[in-house]
Amino acid sequence: MSFITGRKFINQEALPHMWCQGCGNGTVLSALARTFEQLKYTNEDTVVVTGIGCWGKADDYLTTNALHVTHGRALPFATGIKAAKPELHVVALMGDGDGTTIGGNHFIHSARRNIDITAIIVNNLNYGMTGGQFSATTPHDAITATTAFGNPERPFDVCALAEAAGANYVARTTIYNGRLLRSSIKDALTKKGFSLVEVISPCPTQFGRRNKINPAVEMLRSLRDKAVTKDVFDKLSAEEKDNHILIGSLVNKDAADFNTRYEEIRSKALQK
Amino acid sequence: MKNRQEVILAGSGGQGLIMAGILLAETGMNEGKNVVQTQSYGIASRGGFSSSEVIISDDEIIFQHVEDPDVIVVLSQEAMQIYDGFDTTIIYDSDLVTPGKGNNRFGAPFTKAAFELGNPASINIIFLGCLLQLKPVVDPAKFAAVVDKKFKSNRNNEKALQKGVELGNMLKEAMAKC
Amino acid sequence: MDRTPRLVQGNQAIAAAAIYAGARFFAGYPITPSSEIAEECSKKLPKVGGMYMQMEDEIASVGAMVGAALTGSKAFTATSGPGFSLMQENIGMATIGEVPCVIINVQRSGPSTGLATKPSQSDLMQIKWGRHGDQAIIALAPASVAECFALTVKAFNLAEKFRTPVILAADEIVAHMRENFIEPLPGELEVIDRKKPSGPPAQYRPFEPSEDMVSPLAAYGSEYVFHITSSMCGPEGYSNNDPANATWKIKQLHEKIAMHRDEIVETKTFDADEAQLDILLIAFGGTTRVARAAALKLRQEGVKAGVLQLVTVWPFADLEVLKYGSKAKTVVIPEMNYSGQIADEVKRVLGPAADIRRVNKYNGEVITPQDILQVVKQSN
Repeated sequence: MSFITGRKFINQEALPHMWCQGCGNGTVLSALARTFEQLKYTNEDTVVVTGIGCWGKADDYLTTNALHVTHGRALPFATGIKAAKPELHVVALMGDGDGTTIGGNHFIHSARRNIDITAIIVNNLNYGMTGGQFSATTPHDAITATTAFGNPERPFDVCALAEAAGANYVARTTIYNGRLLRSSIKDALTKKGFSLVEVISPCPTQFGRRNKINPAVEMLRSLRDKAVTKDVFDKLSAEEKDNHILIGSLVNKDAADFNTRYEEIRSKALQK
Repeated sequence: MKNRQEVILAGSGGQGLIMAGILLAETGMNEGKNVVQTQSYGIASRGGFSSSEVIISDDEIIFQHVEDPDVIVVLSQEAMQIYDGFDTTIIYDSDLVTPGKGNNRFGAPFTKAAFELGNPASINIIFLGCLLQLKPVVDPAKFAAVVDKKFKSNRNNEKALQKGVELGNMLKEAMAKC
Repeated sequence: MDRTPRLVQGNQAIAAAAIYAGARFFAGYPITPSSEIAEECSKKLPKVGGMYMQMEDEIASVGAMVGAALTGSKAFTATSGPGFSLMQENIGMATIGEVPCVIINVQRSGPSTGLATKPSQSDLMQIKWGRHGDQAIIALAPASVAECFALTVKAFNLAEKFRTPVILAADEIVAHMRENFIEPLPGELEVIDRKKPSGPPAQYRPFEPSEDMVSPLAAYGSEYVFHITSSMCGPEGYSNNDPANATWKIKQLHEKIAMHRDEIVETKTFDADEAQLDILLIAFGGTTRVARAAALKLRQEGVKAGVLQLVTVWPFADLEVLKYGSKAKTVVIPEMNYSGQIADEVKRVLGPAADIRRVNKYNGEVITPQDILQVVKQSN
């Protein structure tokens, strides 16, 4: 029996990748490629849509169909693809800046529409590519290139946002929790309707350096120590919760997706 | 009759002016003529100055707006002020408009008539029925057919049209005295 | 088939023409004075197996349109000035990605919310230069309900043929006007579909250099796997920062429009064929008919006046403007903007010595033939 390596989905010519040492993007890419292989996806029946940012460069390393678009707009492009050709597997890869900050409006409306897209948001708590400025997920008080004295704003809970907006599947994991990462991506890809996997990932070059979490392995240790499942998380005090990361499958339901609903509209229109 | 007829319907949003323009234009089209219907309106669906213009012509209609109206229907005081200087026939709603001076103005109670029929929205059918008695810019019988088809033989509109014709005949008498 | 005329609004004709041209996907955000296009599409597209999507904003609308277009669908959107401003970002994406699509901009008065329900022709430069980066664009401007139909079909044909976004630069005048109109029968107007790849899938490159500067475009979900990017890319569609590649790509984007200008640029003339003219009116969109009416009045007064209609606004009809403009003593350009966006282009073509007069109206009211006559008769 052969191992699932995901290798056939990796564009070997483009390697080595551009990401920094200690960055989690490679781990997520590997998990995604392996899951494609496990689910018997093909290059032909899969479209990966990416926006702008470090994680937005992921399409360069994939052999599937791909569309690399403008900053924050991966979901609208993915929506057009899925709506027009529902038989395709459509995956949107975004960072926290791309997916939840500049693209926040598209994010909530894609979840509300419940369009059958798998969104994988790699959340490294800041804008890595442009030099480490703060994003909508940067913790309060954190130091970034544009919050030298601490972040005055509060971060989004990306998963709670997706849940409130109506996503069918929502999970959070970290790159330390490799098995959960794989299983979450698999569940998200196989779920009909909008699904989100938020992956908390270290950015040692920008975020770790400024916030004195050095070296990169310290960031991983921190993810290991902070990540807890719901049963543990629920028992924590409010203060403790702020210092932990709730991981696991958070929403799993089966509301009709956009394309199914639109098929009903087509039948109604034809009867008139 | 000259081969180009120009009509302005002016009042405020919600008086069915655009639909009235469409009905006239469709009738003209059914007579085998070229027609253009344009409109000018504000951001409010109800209230605010609004107008609808119709041109009906045997020839190609080049400039799409009315330059020399054959008849103007005025359903608000604001509209009356705008068209006050025109010496063409003006038909106004005597319930809403003080017409100012001039022997080209003929008023009839369109709003009241529509309320009496229990259907305020039928005001446009009433004033068009009236207009066509005074100025048959299109064939009144063909107009009745268009109304009939558009509103799927709604008895209310039939009554509204009758009322309009009645008011038109009344105005005709007034006109003859001028 | 029913050949009796119907009373059709410009916006309705645009929606019907898009479906006639094979469009099956609309993504948009309602805005006056274009909303009737969205409303028509929401009723008609689901009946022909198509889809109407109302997106969260115009940025998303263009995104969804481009995504759908890459699955092989003919896709379009419709908007007005404020929405068109938001669309610019992803129209740039469609330009560099060479994705066929049609954007209808029913121009209204601005800046910003401006006179929301009133006509204007002041987006010409926004259409041409509204996106960052240097690029060529195609824009067509209809002057009647019939042209709303014909030019929408043409917009799709040009978009498909040249793998580029095409703008239908309508204005509130034509969009809301109703005229008697007979819809063409299927087959009556030419409908062009994009070139598709036919070689071995493994060798397919979405930006393969070719003689006509337009390479075949595959569809997601076919046997051809491909990559499209908003970044500068090489023939294979992956990002490429090599200066030589960027030189080739930017040149190609411009030249594919320039080399096909005869197919793209359409003009019409009215009474402009004499060897000498006293007055040439150059007009486009809703003001074309004003210009024609003014020219007829001038003819009645013995003035040799003619009209050149710019059916294609971009690329600019340099050759036609030069041909007709240089035989006229005076050239008059009526347009519903303050700055004379088209008049400046005419001046560029005819040179500083030409007698060029502008008729500008920017208060939401339509230019009338009298407005034009007044300018013509000044100091004549």
